[in-house]
Amino acid sequence: MIQPHGGKLIDRILKGDEKREALEKAKTLPPIKLDAESISDVENIATGVFSPLEGFMGEADFRSVLSHMRLASDLPWTIPIVLDVEKGVAGKLRLGSDVILINEGGDASAVLHLEEKYAYDKEEIARKVFGTTDAAHPGIAKVKGMKDVLLGGKIDLIQESPTPYVRYKLSPKETRILFREKNWRTVVGFQTRNTPHIGHEYIQKSALTFVDGIFINPVIGKKKKGDYKDAVILASYEELIRNYYLKERAVMAILMMEMRYAGPREAIFHAIIRKNFGCTHIIIGRDHAGVGNYYHPYAAQDIFEEFPELGIVPLFFRSFYYCKKCQSVVNDKTCPHPPADQIQFSGTKIRDLLVKGEYPPAELVRPEVAKIIMEYKNPFNE
Amino acid sequence: MEKEFTTVSIPTSLYKKIEEAIKGTDISSVASYVAKILREALYKEEAEQDVFSKEDEEKVKKRLKALGYID
Repeated sequence: MIQPHGGKLIDRILKGDEKREALEKAKTLPPIKLDAESISDVENIATGVFSPLEGFMGEADFRSVLSHMRLASDLPWTIPIVLDVEKGVAGKLRLGSDVILINEGGDASAVLHLEEKYAYDKEEIARKVFGTTDAAHPGIAKVKGMKDVLLGGKIDLIQESPTPYVRYKLSPKETRILFREKNWRTVVGFQTRNTPHIGHEYIQKSALTFVDGIFINPVIGKKKKGDYKDAVILASYEELIRNYYLKERAVMAILMMEMRYAGPREAIFHAIIRKNFGCTHIIIGRDHAGVGNYYHPYAAQDIFEEFPELGIVPLFFRSFYYCKKCQSVVNDKTCPHPPADQIQFSGTKIRDLLVKGEYPPAELVRPEVAKIIMEYKNPFNE
Repeated sequence: MEKEFTTVSIPTSLYKKIEEAIKGTDISSVASYVAKILREALYKEEAEQDVFSKEDEEKVKKRLKALGYID
């Protein structure tokens, strides 16, 4: 089994007496209310999804990640995992003390052992992580809204917050045991924030040809306007797997996390996460984790050159399309026919048809999948 | 503040060879090339099994069964 990033799967979930004591102590600690995205970060740290992180980044890691795409220990890490609070809130907190992190429902989620408070430059995050300061980029909009001070320190999870998708929520510990139970020695991870079309199925099955199993891992959480709703993504994948995959070769579980749309940096981040889940390979397609035209279509593939020690093997897929002459999904290396014979997998085109209540051609979307999507009155985020 | 970089000596002839080899590539300097090769060399994948407690294993398997992931 592939080792977790940094060699050790982090487990910072309080259990038994420790949990009871933390819940009791929580009543006396200064509280900080977190939004759902930050709560997801907390849970991902505690359950090992973000191994080797044990808490929100301190300044040394934060600056190293921004400048070198590595933690201060030199381990690859490309996205800052930070907790921002207002200056007034930070001023009241004492270093070396504990803080209780509260979820949107008002419940105690985790204890933060406060080690650092530090200032930062939003524009530096924008430039270095997203490669732009354009406010139209969804990641930049988020950065601009961040509060002034970052808090660093280890966390201990008291309890996970409720989600309607708990049935699909597996921790790295669970996926690692699952893969072992299935006798999968090699597993390819597939990151998605979309409903599946035939092109996705083509790259998934192409990758699956060379490994023992596929781990389909939709990102559930805040996404941009116009993206498919989480429930639609899950239902459509359920249908695809039920009809077109071998049960013993494909599993789906969710990743509760906000999409950052940081393109190449996020591709490395996604690879690290899948490595922690136990994947030996990850599919990286065209413009992975990109948005608009901010990144070169293959920047998210090229960046892997800089991390020869990552451990997880990226499988790169270039653009692919349906060829009317070949009568199959092909790419520019496998099909000799001219563009006139090609049908592109245009998300916009598929979306437009679905909105009009029309079935996309079967060459683009499985009818079973289209039917599921069309059962939703509005399948898209508003 | 800890220094971010340090110096390692390599034979000048090797340095020149590397300089030649990285010309026209994406690698910006001999230092970047050497760091990349060393990181690659130092990374060792240990084919060890994850070690979870028996109690954890049983609990996880029970949940995976209940959710239909395993029979």
